[in-house]
Amino acid sequence: MPNNNASASNNMNESTRASIPSLQTTRKSATNSTQTIVRADNVNVFYGNTQALHDVSIDIQEQQITALIGPSGCGKSTFLRCINRMNDVIDECKITGQITLNKEDIYAPSIDVVSLRRKVGMVFQKPNPFPKSIFDNIAYGPRIHGIAEDKDDLEEIVVNSLNKAGLFSEVKDRLHNSALGLSGGQQQRLCIARAIAINPEVLLMDEPCSALDPIATNHVEDLMWELKENYTIIIVTHSMQQAARVSQRTGFFHMGSLVEVGQTEQIFQNPVDKRTHDYITGRFG
Amino acid sequence: MHNEDTLNQKNRNRSRILADFRFRAYGILGLVIAGSALLFLLGNIFSTGYSAFQQTVITLEINLDEDRLGVTSTASPEEMQEANVAKVVKQSLYDLFPEVKKRKEKRDLTKLISLGAELDVRDMLLLKPESIGSIITLTVPVSSDADQYYKATLTGEQFKSRLKENQKQWLQTLIDNKQVIIKFNIDFFTQADSRYPELAGIGGAVVGTIYTLLICLMISFPLGVAAAIYLEEFSRDSFMTRMVEANINNLAAVPSVIFGLLGLAVILNIFGMPRSTPLAGGIVLALMTLPTIIIACRSAIKTVPPSIREAGMAMGASPIQVTFHHVMPAAMSGTLTGTIIGLAQALGETAPLLMIGMVAFIASVPGVPTDPATALPVQIYLWAESAERGFVEKTAAAIMVIIVFLIVMNLLAVVIRNRTRISNK
Repeated sequence: MPNNNASASNNMNESTRASIPSLQTTRKSATNSTQTIVRADNVNVFYGNTQALHDVSIDIQEQQITALIGPSGCGKSTFLRCINRMNDVIDECKITGQITLNKEDIYAPSIDVVSLRRKVGMVFQKPNPFPKSIFDNIAYGPRIHGIAEDKDDLEEIVVNSLNKAGLFSEVKDRLHNSALGLSGGQQQRLCIARAIAINPEVLLMDEPCSALDPIATNHVEDLMWELKENYTIIIVTHSMQQAARVSQRTGFFHMGSLVEVGQTEQIFQNPVDKRTHDYITGRFG
Repeated sequence: MHNEDTLNQKNRNRSRILADFRFRAYGILGLVIAGSALLFLLGNIFSTGYSAFQQTVITLEINLDEDRLGVTSTASPEEMQEANVAKVVKQSLYDLFPEVKKRKEKRDLTKLISLGAELDVRDMLLLKPESIGSIITLTVPVSSDADQYYKATLTGEQFKSRLKENQKQWLQTLIDNKQVIIKFNIDFFTQADSRYPELAGIGGAVVGTIYTLLICLMISFPLGVAAAIYLEEFSRDSFMTRMVEANINNLAAVPSVIFGLLGLAVILNIFGMPRSTPLAGGIVLALMTLPTIIIACRSAIKTVPPSIREAGMAMGASPIQVTFHHVMPAAMSGTLTGTIIGLAQALGETAPLLMIGMVAFIASVPGVPTDPATALPVQIYLWAESAERGFVEKTAAAIMVIIVFLIVMNLLAVVIRNRTRISNK
């Protein structure tokens, strides 16, 4: 895809440079027997006439936590929402390039958005439980996808999901109370439980802790550590400490391009790009 | 310098507090004026209309004499219709006042009771032919003039009665004998319109209104909600949808008589629906209510936070599932409130119903929505045109009935709103 804006050559350089640590990662992760589950290839996103993402290419490894960091408006959330096609609803949003999930192009005409979202769950910035009971919140996904065979099965799924989200002991006596009565941190863990109730392969988290206090944040981060045994997690975060704490790999976005991606320690201790270095050391953003 | 500043500050604070106080005083004044205007209006209607809920009746002993009736107990229903019931009813009155001999006086005497007496006797004959030949006791309404005179004597109100002096005397005798009493007017709620005020009831109009509103609801609610959902959730922003939106907003402001004309031209003349019926009236009112419901439903949908939609979509719900599982339950209370307000508006509409002929004089309670009927506001309009004193109180009473209807509907809106809000929690 030919680039015709001024920063094009600059971009190209970055992606070459960024590809070096990513090669290392692949080698390293090969020993961990992980493999690429989501691959983005030259993804461009346009909102009307403004381009929000420029040629983003990234490989996301299975059963790892990948953190996407960067200043506000850098396009990291936009990229995240491309992975489960949440941008589809925006009329003037146009996407070029390719994103694959398990080697399948998710923007291919044959792909059903509903079944894609069943495989790629999402947790949002603000906890957004449905205005229903705690039980119904978790049971909603299994119900619409016909996952549970009978009532007992459904109950088991709900209890399991709440257990995995570390919420069951707190809510087991009030499963049929409104989810809106929970605290912010509990609501967010409920949203995570809801997302994993349909057993997705990838879990997208869009600043899941930005509305939570430090204790609730801690809860959610612990939860992510446990969940990564079974799920691939991509988290967008404003907090560099959080990215450093929870992720194995980190990608740095700036002005709509993916500047650098690599092992988290490498990004934070030895960034290749100057902009990454400046951002991490707090010179801008 | 510093002191000056605080002095300024103090002055400013005081004037702010005064402004605040003045504003509140204006608000309370406004409420008092509005409240007293409402009280005056309601008081006026109530004081005029409450007497319509009572009716003066007379207990008559009627001798169902075969000779006077001209039929026997074995007569067919057709023959019963021909029976001379007027004669036996009049005779029962003559028996009460044997001193009345002159033809003219006799006629004055019979004018004290309502024509309804004869109708009641005829019904009796059709129902129980075996009673012919016996003496029956029947309570029948007195004529409107007598009714008004008696009610006025009870309240001490002075007015120029149409009763003659001798009629007043006879009536007074009957009152003293406890043969004429005043009782709750149940017929007002069960009977349809009549040319005689003492027989006219609101029942036909109430049933007609209920049918009309039900048809209006059944058409406008599903159509309105579907249109609102499409416009809010599915349509893309195009020239067409913007045109549709502008037209819906304009339709809400179109005078209702225009909808009546449309109904006359299209529903009656092209589709050939029966004239003067709740069916046609309901369709016309549905057209009128539709924009209200669409606008209310759309604004209710707009207030549903996008995060709920995103949550549903991220769980893999299809657009239809997101709409019906998450958006509509949250928007339902607003939609229902808007619908009931639209229906309440339709309840008060007269002009479109006049255009499609629901203004006709209908003397029977409609059985099905395709029977000719009238509606409450039209009934009020019809009665308000009549100069007779009997109809003046009926008009006010009908207004009270329509106000009760409105209050019940608004209470329903409040109850529904609270219910749906609780179930959301």
